[in-house]
Amino acid sequence: MSDSLPTTPQAVRQRVAVQDYRRRRKARAASITWRRRGLMTAYIVFVLLPIYWLLNMSFQSNTEILGGLTLWPQDFTLEHYTKIFTDSTWYMGYVNSMTYVLMNMAISIVVALPAAYAFSRFQFIGDKHLFFWLLTNLMAPPAVFLLPYFQLYYTVGLFDTHVAVALAHCLFNIPLAVWILEGFMSSVPKEVDEMAYIDGYSFPKFFVKIFLPMIRSGIGVTLFFLFMFSWVELLLARTLTSTNAQPIASIMTRTSTASGIDWGTLAAAGVLTILPGIVVVYFVRNHIAKGFALGRT
Amino acid sequence: MNKVRNNHAWWLILPMLLLVAFSAIIPLMTVVNYSVQDVFDPYTRFFTGTEWFQVMLNDPALQAALLRQFAFSLTILAIEVPLGIGIALIMPKQGWQASAVLILVTLPLLIPWNVVGSIWQIFTRGDIGLMGWGLRELGYGYNITRSPADAWATIVLMDVWHWTPLIALLCYSGLRAIPEAYYQAARIDRASKWAVFRFIQLPKLTNVLVIGILLRFMHSFMIYAEPFVLTGGGPGSSTTFLSQSLTTMAIGQQDLGPSAAFSLIYFLIILLVSWVFYTAIMHRQKDPTTQGER
Amino acid sequence: MSWMVWTVPTAVFFSTIAAMLAGMTAWEIVSPTVERNGFLPIATTRGDRLFIGLLSAAYIHLIVVGFLPISIWFALGLSIVWMLVLMHWG
Repeated sequence: MSDSLPTTPQAVRQRVAVQDYRRRRKARAASITWRRRGLMTAYIVFVLLPIYWLLNMSFQSNTEILGGLTLWPQDFTLEHYTKIFTDSTWYMGYVNSMTYVLMNMAISIVVALPAAYAFSRFQFIGDKHLFFWLLTNLMAPPAVFLLPYFQLYYTVGLFDTHVAVALAHCLFNIPLAVWILEGFMSSVPKEVDEMAYIDGYSFPKFFVKIFLPMIRSGIGVTLFFLFMFSWVELLLARTLTSTNAQPIASIMTRTSTASGIDWGTLAAAGVLTILPGIVVVYFVRNHIAKGFALGRT
Repeated sequence: MNKVRNNHAWWLILPMLLLVAFSAIIPLMTVVNYSVQDVFDPYTRFFTGTEWFQVMLNDPALQAALLRQFAFSLTILAIEVPLGIGIALIMPKQGWQASAVLILVTLPLLIPWNVVGSIWQIFTRGDIGLMGWGLRELGYGYNITRSPADAWATIVLMDVWHWTPLIALLCYSGLRAIPEAYYQAARIDRASKWAVFRFIQLPKLTNVLVIGILLRFMHSFMIYAEPFVLTGGGPGSSTTFLSQSLTTMAIGQQDLGPSAAFSLIYFLIILLVSWVFYTAIMHRQKDPTTQGER
Repeated sequence: MSWMVWTVPTAVFFSTIAAMLAGMTAWEIVSPTVERNGFLPIATTRGDRLFIGLLSAAYIHLIVVGFLPISIWFALGLSIVWMLVLMHWG
């Protein structure tokens, strides 16, 4: 406030009112910010609490777990983790899961990219219905499809291989990938394609050299969702494998035996299934934060 | 965007189509075949016609499971959609907090479904679980193996915990895609917070919300692993949803015919609901400028 | 193929569906469809009307089979009539 002091009572009143208004506005903004942070913190606590409990149990011995409730490990132990990492039937579960998830991501994205491009750029016979049919594959109830799946893959000789699970997960992952990618591709102006053709690019060269880099973040986001849905699926993965390609989630069921549940190992194995997810989100966080508006407009 | 009419685009679709059809159509045909027969093994089977459909449609246990299923799906949608939008609105937008919050919020999505069940099974146990123990300490006789209300509430809470992040994540991304200029225009017009939400943010969120709601509806209709691990469908059959009735029938009792008939009915229900929803949204979005394009 | 436990009725059913799709494709190539407003609340193309027809036919069959004492052939007849009405005026 570099201007001169007010002289008339009216001016004083006015000035006070203005300052008061500013202060209140500031205070209100601050209180909104704090309320926001408070709510966000509350939600994050809600998200983390069950996970913390799992983590907590994974570091306790079974006697401590069953002996009574402790808010943090009194007797910190790594025995359950050691057990998992030294027993090949345990840790191979993680390797198997990662293998078929990565295979599925590769297959899905490779076939979904051209398909999504076709949906976003061209009109052709049956396009709308084909698109809706793709979505219906997301809703097939898996329970009864299990037996036909088992027999189908058994007949073609893929039972208990990673490829079988990767192919089976394509059922819901390819439609999802097409759906997400189509939205990203539609936001790239068609003039880009036309310019490239005028410059003498062939379609494959244009697609790989120009188009794919433009939708990089779309591919990132799509891979994230592909990873997610393939990693968390259990029913199909369990049905299509027996020993060689058994996913970790199905190995975990071994922790419940006749003498009770081995809580500590179950918790440790559970904690280890969360880690790959964290790595994946870490890689795509910027693509998600950059924003995307999915869907066909 | 004006699309070129070109039937050669089919060549781009073909690899995808073959892969999906392999996994989708052959099993679907097999299920249809099962549904009209009493199958013991491929060589011992009897044609039953529409009998299984009649039995299944009139089975009170399955009708109850269907009603429970609708109640469940609508409940979780009613909670998760507003909550997810709310979370997306208050998530920090930049700096390290944005990344940290994003990663933390996404965590539940990346946990295998039966592990989610295990987490909540551990968390809600009266003796060794924080929530079960805590509620008892507070004087509430919480017991998910006895009280259907507790079991039901716990499953809803678990689903909210598990899946709200999906809606939040999609909405957050949708919000980040809104150009800053829109907000500036709103500030100049002195638009209220509600007006900004209603006329700027919500319209931009429509697409991601359609995807989010459809995915949530379809997945909640097929929910299996989590309640199976958490409550096993009990107490009684109070948390037995469709998938679980089906799996018990198909795998537990080896009744292929009835369970195939039932899964077809189940599939038709999801198909109808999703189609109506999808068409309604797409129809509403179709304004004059895009008319005739698709 | 024996594990797919084919029967004559289901084979006929799937052949009919396949023939319908092939027929619709051929028809589309000969004379492309135009979106139009019929008695349905939304503007539809020929393909949309076929889909709506098939879906409602499935529900007609379910209702007849599950809750009405009449023969399934009535459902089939009704569905065919309904499909024709829908394709023509829908």
